[in-house]
Amino acid sequence: MVITRPSVDQIWVWLDNVPDPEIPVISLVDLGVIRDVAWVNDVLEVTVTPTYSGCPATSIINLDIETALRDHGVKYLKLKRQLSPAWTTEWLSERGRAKLEDYGIAPPRPAGGPERCPQCKSKNVQRVSQFGSTPCKAQWRCSDCLEPFDYFKCI
Amino acid sequence: MSSALFEYLLRLGDNTLILSHRVSEWCGLAPVLEEDIALANTALDLIGQTQMWLGLAGEVEGKGRDADALAFRRDVWGFRNLLLLERPNGDFGKTMMRQFLFDAFNVVNLGYLIKSSDPRIAAIAEKASKEAAYHLERSGDTVIGLGDGTEESHRRMQDALDELWPYVGEMFASDTVDAEMVAAGVAPDPQTLRKEWNEITVRYLTEATLTVPDGTFAHKGGKTGVQHTEHLGHLLTSMQWLQRAYPDASW
Repeated sequence: MVITRPSVDQIWVWLDNVPDPEIPVISLVDLGVIRDVAWVNDVLEVTVTPTYSGCPATSIINLDIETALRDHGVKYLKLKRQLSPAWTTEWLSERGRAKLEDYGIAPPRPAGGPERCPQCKSKNVQRVSQFGSTPCKAQWRCSDCLEPFDYFKCI
Repeated sequence: MSSALFEYLLRLGDNTLILSHRVSEWCGLAPVLEEDIALANTALDLIGQTQMWLGLAGEVEGKGRDADALAFRRDVWGFRNLLLLERPNGDFGKTMMRQFLFDAFNVVNLGYLIKSSDPRIAAIAEKASKEAAYHLERSGDTVIGLGDGTEESHRRMQDALDELWPYVGEMFASDTVDAEMVAAGVAPDPQTLRKEWNEITVRYLTEATLTVPDGTFAHKGGKTGVQHTEHLGHLLTSMQWLQRAYPDASW
């Protein structure tokens, strides 16, 4: 019997269709948590890194990866956790950053704060709190349109 | 070596576990919503670090205990956390002062553990140090804000510092477990961390207009497990209740 293995490129395309459980407008690939996809004989190994060590989405992310790949007929799957190098917001894709802003979340910047309000684009913004609705976000507010918004923390 | 390494990992994991539980006691009670969310998120980061440290401890021990078993199935005398971290929360200012004193230690310590000869420890430290740096930024800013705040907030922060100060010394106390870790290149000697810790904390505390106490007396016994304070047992009855009453319960 010949087992046909989908190509690694194909797997990446499938994974790019798995949404982040907390921010469904970006995919797991956009988020940068999938570090490697490789066939080891007939077992597909997917290497995943957590965003924050205690982020409850981590186990959901693993479950979603497994479900998606099984739906595509991948039978033997192994998920590997990789801690080092530690996840950094630099791994967020350009496309992911644009989608975040469209969704109302200011994308991370090395300067440590958002460039502008994701709603009205004003640069007149202030920090409300270092932590937001999830470990990866902080709370900011626009001083012009007065809307509060999430900022994706830069780590 | 492996039993000393197990002890050492318990110390790291119990520190973050016990502090995390203390911080989580604020959930729904913090002075403002933003602080409530920030405290819960800090506790969550610390739980994540705990899962990694205690998970590795269980692996090193090799008796089939995982992080949950270590967290929920040990009694007081099995814990190796610093006494500072089992102290009751007190008011918000005292909670943040304790957080600050520990965050500064965690940042310095993790900075060395990134270079550990044990790649598993180095990887966890690399991950955790990013979170610890963020925690220190927040707790440090809060200490400055409240210390250099109103007359009352200043008084409360000075009281908090004075009360917690005798618990600082234990962070830098070295014993045979530490000596084995140093010899194997696994971890730094805690005594050598004090200078960097002093530099960080004095910088913040000076800006906070607070007076650094000059006492050198240090309560000890937490990290060695020789003698915890009465508070740890009370904490565990709450933290471990579910697994004690319904062993192996899950959902």
